[in-house]
Amino acid sequence: MKYSYFPGCTLYTKAKKLDDAGRECSRKLGFELDELPDWTCCGATFPLTNDYHIAMSGPTRILADTKDRGDNKLVTLCSVCFNVLKRTNNVMRNDEERRSKITDFIERQYHGEVDVLHYLQVLRDEIGFKVLQDTVVKPLAGLKVACYYGCLLLRPVKEIALDAMENPTIFEDFVRALGGEPVPFPYRIECCGAFQTVHSMTTATRCSRDILRNASGNGADLVITTCPLCQFNLDDRQAEIVQSDAAFKTIPVVYFTQLLAIALDLPAEDLGFERNLIDPLPLLRDKGLVS
Amino acid sequence: MAEIIELSGEQKGEQLSCACVFGGMSDFESVPVDRRVMVIGGGITGITSAIDLGNAGYQVLLVERLPSVGGRMLQLSETFPTLDCAQCTLTPRTVESGQHPKVTLKTSCEVEALTGEPGNFTIRVRQKKTYVDWNKCTGCGTCIQKCPSNGIAMFERDAGKMTAIYTLSPQAVPNKPVIDAERCRYLTRGKCGVCAKVCPVGAIDYEQQESFFEVQVGAIIVATGFDIYDWKKKMPEFGGGEIPDVIDGLTFERYLSASGPSAGAMVRPSDGKTPKEIVFIQCVGSRNPEFHKSYCSRVCCMYTAKHARLYKHKVHDGQVYIFYIDIRSTGKGYEQFIQQSVAEEELIYIRGRAARLYREGDKVIVQGADTLSGRKIEIAADLVVLAAAMVPNEGAQELAEILGLQSNKDGFFIEENYKLSPVESGRPGIYLAGCCLGAKDIADSAAQGSAASSKAQVFLSSVRRNKQQEAV
Repeated sequence: MKYSYFPGCTLYTKAKKLDDAGRECSRKLGFELDELPDWTCCGATFPLTNDYHIAMSGPTRILADTKDRGDNKLVTLCSVCFNVLKRTNNVMRNDEERRSKITDFIERQYHGEVDVLHYLQVLRDEIGFKVLQDTVVKPLAGLKVACYYGCLLLRPVKEIALDAMENPTIFEDFVRALGGEPVPFPYRIECCGAFQTVHSMTTATRCSRDILRNASGNGADLVITTCPLCQFNLDDRQAEIVQSDAAFKTIPVVYFTQLLAIALDLPAEDLGFERNLIDPLPLLRDKGLVS
Repeated sequence: MAEIIELSGEQKGEQLSCACVFGGMSDFESVPVDRRVMVIGGGITGITSAIDLGNAGYQVLLVERLPSVGGRMLQLSETFPTLDCAQCTLTPRTVESGQHPKVTLKTSCEVEALTGEPGNFTIRVRQKKTYVDWNKCTGCGTCIQKCPSNGIAMFERDAGKMTAIYTLSPQAVPNKPVIDAERCRYLTRGKCGVCAKVCPVGAIDYEQQESFFEVQVGAIIVATGFDIYDWKKKMPEFGGGEIPDVIDGLTFERYLSASGPSAGAMVRPSDGKTPKEIVFIQCVGSRNPEFHKSYCSRVCCMYTAKHARLYKHKVHDGQVYIFYIDIRSTGKGYEQFIQQSVAEEELIYIRGRAARLYREGDKVIVQGADTLSGRKIEIAADLVVLAAAMVPNEGAQELAEILGLQSNKDGFFIEENYKLSPVESGRPGIYLAGCCLGAKDIADSAAQGSAASSKAQVFLSSVRRNKQQEAV
């Protein structure tokens, strides 16, 4: 099975490990991520502001490119890209007036023919968690995982429709398929601080601290996420948190594809863990998951 | 004059007709059709209608699907704004409905079908299995004392247990027990039979079958009441029913009630400890058009203040927090009740919604917002009480189809005209009252019960007058 794939900007830079591991794992699981040629910025959060016609032209072009190369499914790994592309696609599918405005402007024909899928959705709905479970080489036995959803993967729920907004299960089911143990984690859908990290780092630090304390407090060994911004906040802010709170227990924050790669026994040295502020390798060695 | 028709053909000969089982039907059947009214629903609204009609000389058949009358009010502890005991105010009414010479109670019954025309309806009623021959039963209660099965009781709302053979309350009217087939050891496993052994009059009948009967009435009053919004299924942000110390207001009533499972002691479900920090959340499922119900449930502001006060009467050093959107206290004496509660009991009202509840140790963490100060709030509570929305009672939709009633998107019946014909259904001869029309308090429900009975009388009088004119 081959899917059109939209990596997005961060996955070529800061979140390269999310991308690398995702592509490697897809090959192991028998599907191919075929990167769209000449892709542009997804539009980041701009389509969510008031005047978003112009900002939706970029994502619409990406969706039209997917359609024009004969694909009807577009896969993303980044929560932000997923949110923007999916919501733009909904507009193109359902809102005739805005659709004609945008398609006239970019001079392309597109009516929302493509389905935008998150990688997790491919695993759940296309591959199946049962098959994933059977493909796992190294079950994550004894690894207690806090599944951090953040906001953009789920909300607004009527548009995104990936899982329940208040009580999602896809991430926990994913961890169970890998043989790991998801811990109860009430802060899993709290805000990580998002872009506040740029102009009010204390806000982002406080948000991250509360989330991580809640994860550790519930016995988690590590936190997984799908979103480059969440990963950045939760991981990097720990530098400030330990400065203000000596008792704070640091905890590794990794991408879900990195954990998937471990379970599929891909070489740990290729997974880019050296980019993590809190190195997960000692934990993974301790659990016998990497050598 | 109508005959009682026994419809369950296969039990002919062994099955007594309902009239014989329960008695009293012969009186009902001996008056002309247009002097008879059926009231569907034996809560405070239906009881009020029935007694009013009875006092006016009409013969009334009060149909209730539970084993005894009293409805939701029977589950309440004390009522606002006077804090008088719900049972003390209700019981005289339930007893009156049971003893009234003009009122015949038909409990454990549900309406199955309607034919005929206004002034001369024929209604088919299903008599559910009670497994107790009430004609023989003296109501001595020995069976209840000896029953070895103890389990979840709908009436106690998970707050307490009930035996499999039970009455809904010690003051039940009629005060005769029924068996819950799903919990009865004999009926589920074929072993036990204790109640049959101890019954001094041999009233237990495990082989009892359901039966049907038909009655003719001139008018019908529908007062089927309300239920609580299914927050456990629909609001995972409040724990989805998985957190034991998060309960709804009706369950809290059972804890407060002197006849409840804790005999009125203020305890919490998880460990039976006395909660010292208690959080009430209003508008749970109400006033939330995007995901839940768009309407205001009208009683929650008042009963939450009442809950807080009753709690403080029992736990003097306890602290109460109440999340609210705004306080709606429009009844007589209601605003004074709120102000007095705040002043005397040092209640902390927080203007805003709670966003999430989760368990941490033996505490329930309440995350919310104070929208007046613009701050995020977190409270570690011992117990959280949700003022969940009022919704139409289960089965209201089916009844609407049987009776040909209109209902709105939330399932409440629609009155002919909200302002000027508030209890008319739009179908002549059928009247509506109480919470089946929309959320309301006891005072408004009783008022509508009386209004509906009055409208039914007007209708039946006009039917008789027309007949007399035809005869002339």
